[in-house]
Amino acid sequence: MSYQNPPTTPRKSSTFDDYTLSEIRRAAQTGIYDIRGGGAKRKVPHFDDLLFLGASMSRYPLEGYRERCSTAVTLGTRYAKKPIELKIPITIAGMSFGSLSANAKEALGRGATLAGTSTTTGDGGMTPEERGQSKTLVYQYLPSRYGMNPDDLRKADAIEVVVGQGAKPGGGGMLLGQKISDRVAEMRTLPKGIDQRSACRHPDWTGPDDLEIKILELREITDWEKPIYIKVGGARPYYDVALAVKAGADVVVVDGMQGGTAATQEVFIEHIGQPTLACIRPAVQALQDLGMHRKVQLIVSGGIRNGADCAKALALGADAVSIGTAALIALGDNDPALEGEYQKLNTTAGAYDDWHEGRDPAGITTQDPDLSERLDPVRAGRRLANYLKVMTLELQTIARAAGHNHIHNLEPEDLCALTIEAAAMARVPLAGTSWIPGQDKL
Amino acid sequence: MRSIDLEKTPLRELNESLHQLKDGTNETEWEVLNPRGQHAVAVGIDAPVTVTIRGPVGYYCAGMNKQATVVVHGSAGPGTAENMMSGKVIVKGDASQYAGATGRGGLLLIEGNASSRCGISMKGIDIVVKGNIGHMSAFMAQTGNLVVLGDAGDALGDSIYEARLFVRGSVKSLGADCIEKEMRTEHHDALSALLKKAGVNGVKTSEFKRYGSARKLYNFNIDNADAY
Repeated sequence: MSYQNPPTTPRKSSTFDDYTLSEIRRAAQTGIYDIRGGGAKRKVPHFDDLLFLGASMSRYPLEGYRERCSTAVTLGTRYAKKPIELKIPITIAGMSFGSLSANAKEALGRGATLAGTSTTTGDGGMTPEERGQSKTLVYQYLPSRYGMNPDDLRKADAIEVVVGQGAKPGGGGMLLGQKISDRVAEMRTLPKGIDQRSACRHPDWTGPDDLEIKILELREITDWEKPIYIKVGGARPYYDVALAVKAGADVVVVDGMQGGTAATQEVFIEHIGQPTLACIRPAVQALQDLGMHRKVQLIVSGGIRNGADCAKALALGADAVSIGTAALIALGDNDPALEGEYQKLNTTAGAYDDWHEGRDPAGITTQDPDLSERLDPVRAGRRLANYLKVMTLELQTIARAAGHNHIHNLEPEDLCALTIEAAAMARVPLAGTSWIPGQDKL
Repeated sequence: MRSIDLEKTPLRELNESLHQLKDGTNETEWEVLNPRGQHAVAVGIDAPVTVTIRGPVGYYCAGMNKQATVVVHGSAGPGTAENMMSGKVIVKGDASQYAGATGRGGLLLIEGNASSRCGISMKGIDIVVKGNIGHMSAFMAQTGNLVVLGDAGDALGDSIYEARLFVRGSVKSLGADCIEKEMRTEHHDALSALLKKAGVNGVKTSEFKRYGSARKLYNFNIDNADAY
């Protein structure tokens, strides 16, 4: 009688999972590292790991739909003659014309304006479409200085000096040749069709002492009218924020690793920088230690998706949040209605991230005239405005439930954490306990 | 001539006064006294006026200049005439790092030496340096002209795009993708015009060598990885 061992179930490695294997094969075939858009896709501790406690015996809630819960924020109160007044604490992050189509930029301006907030230029200068449709426009001052000129600087409502971004702290960018149309090439003063490198360091200053003088120059050029933001990636938030304050910022923007990019190496996006959740408390701590919390405003970005995320960021001490990827989704990016076209690009709706290739069927991350034409900036702007209004209603719902008549009254004491990691990062107690890991407090 | 003494007048007042000037102004001649190394002197001007600065200045003098002629009778700190759009900036002494950085137009004339990264990311400006320039000059230079009557330091023109570099003296080394190129008639003519514009006499264009991009790194190729 023969004996056969019972077969075991084929088992794949957790270390060498399907994605890892496909990436090894791709690298072996092409000899080039993977470049993509978006932010970190790996799971990291995030706002979902926090919960609001809500009102109870010790806190009175506010009546929904009846009692006022203000959402207005003022940014740039430290030095600027003309601070920015926003109706909601959710702004649109910098995204370039070049990485995005002119219609997409216009739609972002329209949506932000309808919702009473600001939008931001990007690494390609200011387009008339965007300026024209944006009531409040923040002008990014980037290492590449593509499109930089004093006229646009003066047309802006605020200036954002970009030191880094969450997807790639310490990295520059590369707009590949296929997205360099005549208009993009002209705005960037480079030949059409070549890869355009966006530098990782500013060409005329190094370090916070120099930056302080650079900011002085920008203020002098604009007669001290405009708020000046400094944007940093989530690298060393305590020291970065402290140094930004020292350099003279009116507003500091801290962008965590879930923050998107138009195009960067996968290895950069997934392995450099800290999660947004881990950045907020050190950033707030830096402001508090300097006596500048609420005097220099803090904007947090990177993976903000809904009013709850916004409320949690504010409760941890931010003055406002900024959205990029979520805004693109609201415009129509990765829409399942385009699934057939995504499949032709060997991807699926929800996973499309080859934004650098310029073949976006939604007409957003492209310079192809036919594809760009697909995005109606008026309708897309309306969608974005709707989305921003929903986020705001959600934020107010939470704030009222916690008993606050202004969203800036949200505080860490309103929160608990579901995981030890989130409790340690957010410095709030683990749910059901009074334990904040890393702190002695019982 | 309007004379402003920076020992008595705040910098902000000087710059605001200059910003109020428009085309057709009668106040076309300005003099700035006692700058004593202050930063951001005469920045953001947009009018065809002449500003004569008597003494050394700090960072970013004449930054983002349009139309104006700014003359520094002294040395200039880092970032002189950064992102200049048009007009003319003349430094009678030496200039520190990043002179003419990202400049888009106009002429920057440095009568002394310029330090490192002169003309970094230049985007259309013409820069003429009568002395020497430091290392990493014309890094990622996109377009425009850099003329050096003296010597150039290490890594000249690293990762250069379409800017044209003319150097009369020695070049310590060339940066990635920067090569010596033939001086054809059109280049002699262009250089001659630049020298004339800068008021440089008694120098022959045949004494210069031209450098520019080999254009091998314009589109990413893994086989060029060693070049970076």
